[in-house]
Amino acid sequence: MSTQVQHAEPGFFHKYLWSTDHKMIAMQYMFTGMAMALIGGFFAYVFRMQQGFPNQNVPGFGLVTPGKYNAVVTMHGSIMIFWVAMPILIAAFGNFLIPLMIGCDDMAFPRINRLSYQIFLLSALVLLSSFLVKGGPFGGAWTAYPPLSASGAYNLTPAGAVLWLIAVALEFVAFLMGGINFTVTTMNSRAPGMKMYDIPLVVWMIVLASIIFMCSAGPLIAGAVMLLFDQTMSTGFYDPTRGGDPLLWQHLFWFFGHPEVYVVLLPAMGIVAEVVAVFARKKVFGYKTVLYTTWAVGFLSFVVWAHHQFVAGIDPRMANIFSITTLMISVPITEMVFLYIATLYGGSITLDTPMLWALGFIAEFLIGGVTGIFLGSSGTDIYLHDTYFVIAHFHYTFVPIAIISVFAGITFWYPKMFGRMLNETLGKIHFWGTVIPFNVIFIPLFITGTAGDQRRVYSYAQFAEQSRPALQHLRTTSTIALLFMLSFQLVFLFNFFWSLRNGKTAGPNPWRSSTLEWTVPSPPPHGNFAELPTVYRGPYEYGLPGAAQDFAPQNLPDSALAEGMKA
Amino acid sequence: MTTEAEAHIHHPNYVKIWAILVALLIVSVLGSMSHVREVVLIAAFGVALVKAYLVAKNFMHINVEKRWVPYLLIVCLLFIVILFAGVSPDVMRHSGLHWINPSVSQPSASAADAGPK
Amino acid sequence: MSAAVKPIANTRSATGIPTARLITWWVIASEIVIFGGLLATYIMHRLGHPEWADAASHTNTWAGAFNTLVLLTSSLCAVMAHKAADAHDGPKAAKLLRLTALGGLLFLTIKGFEWTKDIHEGFVLSSGGFWSFYYVLAGLHGLHVLAGMIIMLVVASDAAKNQELQRVECIGLYWHFVDIVWIFLFPLLYIAK
Repeated sequence: MSTQVQHAEPGFFHKYLWSTDHKMIAMQYMFTGMAMALIGGFFAYVFRMQQGFPNQNVPGFGLVTPGKYNAVVTMHGSIMIFWVAMPILIAAFGNFLIPLMIGCDDMAFPRINRLSYQIFLLSALVLLSSFLVKGGPFGGAWTAYPPLSASGAYNLTPAGAVLWLIAVALEFVAFLMGGINFTVTTMNSRAPGMKMYDIPLVVWMIVLASIIFMCSAGPLIAGAVMLLFDQTMSTGFYDPTRGGDPLLWQHLFWFFGHPEVYVVLLPAMGIVAEVVAVFARKKVFGYKTVLYTTWAVGFLSFVVWAHHQFVAGIDPRMANIFSITTLMISVPITEMVFLYIATLYGGSITLDTPMLWALGFIAEFLIGGVTGIFLGSSGTDIYLHDTYFVIAHFHYTFVPIAIISVFAGITFWYPKMFGRMLNETLGKIHFWGTVIPFNVIFIPLFITGTAGDQRRVYSYAQFAEQSRPALQHLRTTSTIALLFMLSFQLVFLFNFFWSLRNGKTAGPNPWRSSTLEWTVPSPPPHGNFAELPTVYRGPYEYGLPGAAQDFAPQNLPDSALAEGMKA
Repeated sequence: MTTEAEAHIHHPNYVKIWAILVALLIVSVLGSMSHVREVVLIAAFGVALVKAYLVAKNFMHINVEKRWVPYLLIVCLLFIVILFAGVSPDVMRHSGLHWINPSVSQPSASAADAGPK
Repeated sequence: MSAAVKPIANTRSATGIPTARLITWWVIASEIVIFGGLLATYIMHRLGHPEWADAASHTNTWAGAFNTLVLLTSSLCAVMAHKAADAHDGPKAAKLLRLTALGGLLFLTIKGFEWTKDIHEGFVLSSGGFWSFYYVLAGLHGLHVLAGMIIMLVVASDAAKNQELQRVECIGLYWHFVDIVWIFLFPLLYIAK
């Protein structure tokens, strides 16, 4: 069956700005996410400079006042999660990969797809507009606890608070739409012969992430409507003097917030699975186990949320329960990491840049996961909550998710997206220049956090009891490491844009991978497949004895394999 | 476009179902006027559950749909039950063994008495 | 809208459920957690604040009951439209869909009168716990009724030309869901006050 391309060559507007082609929409999400990453990264620079060199003028920003510190910290967190991690990991990779990997010509609903990006773009613009209003952007932390977030008199950013909330709400709508589109497409539009267990893991992961997002976002959407009314219409949903309860927001927020971290983790693990299989030339160890474990994680993620609230005054019996469930959830995740390591064992490993990133993910995420145990256990959390230990823990999970695995995915699929190869040397420089400084940023923060440094304090000079003054050298070290890490991103940006025009031309399958996206030209044409494929096997058939080549593409019948036909 | 299975979907007498729903509505309104608490609750929520079931079964044809569809919807409901179970000990209760929430006993009725705005 | 070329992706059905209906079920699932979250929140507040019964006694049970009747009847029209679409009678399905939408309009109109009276009596969004929830719950539901009406009219205009008849069932499913939400809102806000 061939696809019908019925339209004439589209003009600039239709090709780049009004496209329904999933690949173009993926690019829109990716570049928007990358642009927002620059902004989020800049804010990290600002507040780390304040921490490393307190109360001095920050070059390129100025003096960091308490209000500005709060705003910058809030924006960094919000932007990195909602406008960098989610759009790149889920929307960009999901949009680009899903139709290609399941062997169809586009998403099931291309116009809903386009609309989802437009709403997402609007949400980003609303957020950015909050930088320009009186009072500046919202400064109540990405967690937006009321009464701080509900009352302009408390947060001093009344307009910013409302705009932030609307931006987040719009982002949710965009991802609900996009996620449901991904789910329906993956369920229904698969190539003939592609059964459930033949679907590449990254596709499964993105779909499961979308489902988890959908189920967890609902109560928060309700809560956000209530907060919006508290902010603007004098209601008292979260005001205890008016019959409301601030704890309600915390619960609604974290009921979403905890599944959310798995929403971003799952696509990251999916990308790592793809890269590891290809660069170890080995089937993913225990595909079904990985899948069932992911379902278990997805469900468990809904019953752990209050570990973010151990010191908030929740019912202590609940703290018991949530401690137990939180420690339980570490088991399936660890199991998945072990399965990836088992995939590596005995493989023919080549250390190309994507593989370096994938291995980096496994190593760094392990540290993040292990340090989470101290926070999941309510006893130790009472001490560690709101210290820099928490920040170091979640950056050891989030940076692998939002940065390391993203680079793994970009360096891996760049040839397919743009028809060019990235420069390997620059790629390796970028890798080491990111990962080593990353550790130097956050290991000191584990130490300062355990020593007692409190979060979200703009300057310890004014609040000496919130820190351990003798450790200033650690804070400064952390800041300098960040400066290094940010500088090395220039290597990536140069490599990315320079290679668009000057990189070595890429063929359809430079990495010799067996999944369907590598059977089409690089970049794929509109409609993807000149002839829609049929699938004959699973996605990771590497190292088959007796075959002509060391991998078996999903779309080649067994007879073609024996003859050694190329894809 | 309908698959073959749906072309043979059995369309019951929808007007009859509607009549039953309206009758149940009347029951619930009449029940609401009772002074017995249990009667009111059953009239309200018992009837609601039955009506919802009738709409789901007869109007939405959920029972001839693929089985995972009602399972998915039930799982979503289950998440809401989990939400309720986890949140209500904090939000619903206003006093415990060692604490009371004082603002509950003196709630401000309107915006004017609320905290800073 | 119906003239756009559909991708092959839209026409496949590995699950056996047509994509239009499949996406409708997922939309309904997502709405269950949105309304469910809001309703669960309301219920735990209402149970914890027995003194809200006084405020709640002012909701107009007859308006609520009549609106329930209106929505039930419009659901009947929606499912009859589905039956007509199954019989490939597009114009009849369109007529029934438009009747359904009319029911939605009637629902919103009655609610408009009901709320006008409430506001005149001084019960507004910020009038206290019960009323805040009341307006948010009924308001969110009303927005969904409005959105459903608009989509329904679009589907009807295609159906009248015997096009995209599969969408008749789908918008019907959404409408029935909105009806079921009201089936629970009615006792919560008007009966078991």
